[in-house]
Amino acid sequence: MSDFTNGGWSIYVAALTIVSLIACLVLLAVAARRRVTPGVNDNSTGHVWDEDLRELNNPLPRWWMGLFVITVLFSFAYLWLYPGLGSTAGSLQWTSTAQYEAEQARARAALAPLYARFAAMDEKQLAADAPAMGIGERLFINNCAACHGSDARGSKGFPNLTDTDWLWGGSLADIQKTIAEGRNGVMPPMAAVIGGGENVRNVAHYVLSLSGSPHDSVAAQLGRAQFTACAACHGPDGKGNPAIGAPNLTDKVWLHGWGEQAIAGIVNNGLNNQMPAHAGRLTPEQVKVLAAYVWRMSNGSP
Amino acid sequence: MSESAQPREEVIWLYEKQQKIYPRAVSGWFAGWRWALVWATQLVFYGLPWLEWNARQAVLFELASRRFYIFGLVLYPQDFIYLTALLLISAYALFLFTAVAGRLWCGYACPQTVYTEVFLWIERMAEGDRMKRLKLDAGPWSAEKLLRKGGKHAAWITLSLWTGFTFVGYFTPIKTLWAEAFTLDFGPWEWFWVLFYGLATYGNAGFLREQVCKYMCPYARFQSAMFDRDTLIVTYDAERGEPRGTRGRSTDLQAAKLGHCIDCHLCVQVCPTGIDIRQGLQYECIGCAACIDVCNGVMDKMHYPRGLIRYDTQNGLTQHLSRGAEWRRVLRPRVVVYSAILLLVSAALLASLALRTPFKVDVVRDRAALARLAEDGRIENVYRLQVMNASEAPQRFRVEVSGLPGVERVGSGEVEVGPAAARWVPVAVRIAPDAAARAGAGAHRVDFRITQLAAAGQAERQLDERSTFLIPR
Repeated sequence: MSDFTNGGWSIYVAALTIVSLIACLVLLAVAARRRVTPGVNDNSTGHVWDEDLRELNNPLPRWWMGLFVITVLFSFAYLWLYPGLGSTAGSLQWTSTAQYEAEQARARAALAPLYARFAAMDEKQLAADAPAMGIGERLFINNCAACHGSDARGSKGFPNLTDTDWLWGGSLADIQKTIAEGRNGVMPPMAAVIGGGENVRNVAHYVLSLSGSPHDSVAAQLGRAQFTACAACHGPDGKGNPAIGAPNLTDKVWLHGWGEQAIAGIVNNGLNNQMPAHAGRLTPEQVKVLAAYVWRMSNGSP
Repeated sequence: MSESAQPREEVIWLYEKQQKIYPRAVSGWFAGWRWALVWATQLVFYGLPWLEWNARQAVLFELASRRFYIFGLVLYPQDFIYLTALLLISAYALFLFTAVAGRLWCGYACPQTVYTEVFLWIERMAEGDRMKRLKLDAGPWSAEKLLRKGGKHAAWITLSLWTGFTFVGYFTPIKTLWAEAFTLDFGPWEWFWVLFYGLATYGNAGFLREQVCKYMCPYARFQSAMFDRDTLIVTYDAERGEPRGTRGRSTDLQAAKLGHCIDCHLCVQVCPTGIDIRQGLQYECIGCAACIDVCNGVMDKMHYPRGLIRYDTQNGLTQHLSRGAEWRRVLRPRVVVYSAILLLVSAALLASLALRTPFKVDVVRDRAALARLAEDGRIENVYRLQVMNASEAPQRFRVEVSGLPGVERVGSGEVEVGPAAARWVPVAVRIAPDAAARAGAGAHRVDFRITQLAAAGQAERQLDERSTFLIPR
């Protein structure tokens, strides 16, 4: 175990524990009787404090002491079965991780018949299935809402899942892949390629013009030539490429901020936006139900 | 320490072998009361889980789904405060009864007393009364002894298991449990609690009995703090009883210089804690009044007036107060204070239950994104409403926001929550850019009003919850 820097500490703690337990038994045996000079027929031990405070002897029943002994024996049995004595593992080899995994496995086995029904369904059937959408809602709240918001409409840097704009594709299979494996959208810094300074401003205005947003048309005209560097990913018409997560620049969805300043910043510095993989947290069946729930949000309720 | 006696050292044990107590059967007015309370409490305990209400078990504490059904009430863990009120009421009722009339709870209604009474009855049926039991225990093992002891334990174990089964029946639907019992198909926790509660009943009522009261029960000890000299206690009138001694029915007491106590020891024999009440108030006395019943019987036979052992106060005994004078002393400050608190808490509990809305709402702000810029520069905050339906019919709700000028909800969908279900409902709230500029950057109060959409002819009920709306700089 890595708890101790030196194996000797484990032996030290174990020895201390055992000595303490034995000391408990010794203390019980010693304290069960005492030598006193009793008073005369008054059931006292003869001890008097503060002039008239006498210590009486009202013995506890013997089974009560038996309870004390049982607690010590319980400790020995516990330390034999479970980890606790220094860094020994205990004869049951119990760990909290193994118990957690066993409980998870039991829960999955119990839920398997429920999810088996969803396996053969397509997204439309799942979207129309109330139990499936109930599960999807809870999965979303527990796993997705922290970033995408409880209402799934995202915020800056976290995509809105209720619109029809998809960075990585909006089919059920695409969404499943996004949830299970995660996505990593990389925009490299392009200032050097474009030529920096005024050129970046011109490209930014050209990008704004693609979606019909307010822009400086002269700058946009000048930036058109530089856009060929961007077209490798965003396409010559700026409509993006879901295969590599390049966003469509012709719509009015601005994930990382709108306006010349925001766009120029991204062109200058690049961007690296990550959606973490959930395959380790969710089973493939859960991912499918969750993907269907997300799919339904942008494709309208049935 | 006495100076005259020669000090002599000796070894004493602080633990001793417990003396077994063989209480003698008793009948009479107070024993009748105890049996009445045995029936009343146990009919409720054993019978309640079998009652039906709205096609479900009337009283059911569902731990897995955390819903607690008590007749028409559906309680959530959020209603824990009612349990607090119930515990306060129980505590002050105990204080009040104890201050007025001593350990009434211990003597008549405590489960330890009640089950001991029932187990003793079974013991008497199997082995006979005190003398027969003493003889049976002293005698050698025989077929008859085996049969009597075996029969007693069989009956005890059956009743204990039934008790454990009933206890679990408050947490698992008892009819399901009953079906499972035939195939021994309990779940692991059901097994544990049936057996554990059964074993506790068997051990406490069959073997530990008075030792629970003497050594384990904290209430037994701190009840003496509520006693004063005007508290009714089970007490022996020493002035009238002493000097004690045996005599014939026609003995002239004055000539023989005898009090009314004939020293028959019946009061000691019936005592479930094995004390002699004639030594005065003792901490072991649970106030069961068995000694009163049996002594009154003896007084009747001797043609002496009843009440040599009786409920009386210490002041009443020493100052020879009349019943009327004792009654007038009931209204002491502590009694008044206990009663006032008891009434107050009871009234608060009843009022709270009567005014309770059949739903609950918690508003929780989204934590990750504080605020976001939506189209046209509007600022949006997102909240999650935990809507809990505390009734057994589906409910529909309308959600409105107010509190900040220009604030409005995005969308206007109604919320439907199934019977006894709880649901997280995301609600986005937005404010127009000019209104946001007027309000200024920072945290602003915003109010949510959740209205239950009632059926025609019913009054709408609503809850108000507040939260915070953030406007970024």
